[in-house]
Amino acid sequence: MRTPITTYLSLAVLLVLLVALPTLADLANYPAFTSVATRVLIYGIAAASLNFVLGFGGMVSFGHAAFFGIGGYVVGILYQHYSLGEPLFGVFPGSNQLLVTVPLAVLVSGAMAALIGALSLRTGGVQFIMITLAFAQMLFFLFVSLKTYGGDDGLIIRRANELGGLNLRDRPTMYYLCLTIAVSFLFLLWRIVNSRFGNVLIGLRQSERRMAALGLSAYRYKLAAFVISGMGCGLAGALMANFMRYVSPDMMHWTKSGELMVMVILGGVGTLFGPFIGAGAFIMLESLLAAWTENWQLGLGFILLLLVLYTNGGLQALFSRLFRRDA
Amino acid sequence: MTRPILNVTGLAKRFGGLVATDNVSIDVRPGEIHALIGPNGAGKTTLISQLLGELPHDAGSIELEGREIGNLSTARRVHLGLARTFQVTCLLPDYTVLDNVAIAIQLRQGHSFRFWGNVRKDNALRKKARGFLRDAGLDDRAEVVTANLSHGEQKQLELAVALATEPRVLLLDEPMAGLGHVESEQMIAMLRGCKERVSMILVEHDMDAVFALADRVSVLVYGRIIATGTVEEIRENAEVRTAYLGEGEDLC
Repeated sequence: MRTPITTYLSLAVLLVLLVALPTLADLANYPAFTSVATRVLIYGIAAASLNFVLGFGGMVSFGHAAFFGIGGYVVGILYQHYSLGEPLFGVFPGSNQLLVTVPLAVLVSGAMAALIGALSLRTGGVQFIMITLAFAQMLFFLFVSLKTYGGDDGLIIRRANELGGLNLRDRPTMYYLCLTIAVSFLFLLWRIVNSRFGNVLIGLRQSERRMAALGLSAYRYKLAAFVISGMGCGLAGALMANFMRYVSPDMMHWTKSGELMVMVILGGVGTLFGPFIGAGAFIMLESLLAAWTENWQLGLGFILLLLVLYTNGGLQALFSRLFRRDA
Repeated sequence: MTRPILNVTGLAKRFGGLVATDNVSIDVRPGEIHALIGPNGAGKTTLISQLLGELPHDAGSIELEGREIGNLSTARRVHLGLARTFQVTCLLPDYTVLDNVAIAIQLRQGHSFRFWGNVRKDNALRKKARGFLRDAGLDDRAEVVTANLSHGEQKQLELAVALATEPRVLLLDEPMAGLGHVESEQMIAMLRGCKERVSMILVEHDMDAVFALADRVSVLVYGRIIATGTVEEIRENAEVRTAYLGEGEDLC
């Protein structure tokens, strides 16, 4: 099957629009929109990471906020040690360099995902959902009680990380950084999903029994996917910490895991763009409904219900059907 | 007599008080089709699952080409040359027919920790998969999503996928179940066609197929093999008649 030229065209148009977004937001006299879009991109990376195991691999993890939070805390803790001039564990100096903190955040969340995944993936189904949730909650309470790093109140990062001569406090700069990373991340996911590894992962979702009968040892592939997914969430968390200049245990609360899952379902489970669309829809709905009523989750719930019942594959599927082409 | 390629001795499995497999010994010689018949609930599918290692057995030994495989994982056994088909078809429903065969070949080619190249643009892999589809008579259905295949085609695909793993011994769990007359004839012809390359254990209720294909037949009743012999010997065996063929007359 060849990808139709219209797909490439619409992707190009989309990219141009995304690049022009800060300028358009300024022209529309609504510069805050750039910040909203940045949030969407960051949550999109996290949701796409979750979707990698949930949608493509069929592993319903209810603890992905843990990796999001860890990514954020790596940035926050490194900054605290940097600003106080005290080395971490008496050995490692802190850092405020984005090129140090973000890769470290990705590595640490990957290691954490390896640990949690190695234990959780011995189970399946409902047990897997519960055990991932339990691990995430354990981490949540660990950080709540970690007074050195702010406990309940979280950590304030007074100045965003440095990256060359860029000022990451500047809204458009941060937006372009997140856009670059999100596009690269999506490209990477696209390659993995269509690779031999992705083939095995999607096969496992469809029938683990069949894959076993073909001679596959499922565990190591699922674990590798889980680690990749955890790293993606850690990346998003590290970006979020820089964007908000604040981290708190709330980033790894179970409701955050739920929000990520809602974004995936809104956008379309097992699709590449779905999680980004879902993140966009979620954040728009959150701000629209919250302006209208305090109980905005009720409205969101109804919308989610309608989408699940009637779109048969989330917003991405709905859009594809509207424009009459295959997803 | 040639040495058996698959040799099972004293295999036993119990689920609590239920003895599912009771001291079963069965062997398959190279190029042979060894049919396993028996009434429903005799433990035929349970036996296949134990041979492939999906279910652990409690006692006994399983040797493939002289090598004990009873303590190996399913994946290892498949790599050493065992394959099975499923009674209730077990395929990848969202994938195309071609994808289903290609993934079997992919797994045969070694580990899949390759994250970059597009697997659907791997022409060597696709070409090889098409070869297996042609043998199975499914080449014009290659791009159809598997869930949309007819039952008979899914059964054919089951066989094509199993053959794509290039097994030494194939464990067939009722390949004729639910097939019409013409489809059964096709399946029989296909199985006969690959018999030279692959030895088989054939679990089947369709007696016409069993008598047409089998070199030897074993009869399994309540987890025990009560008789093994050529087709003629089994037809003449009084114990088998009462246990199985007698009550199964209307089955055929």
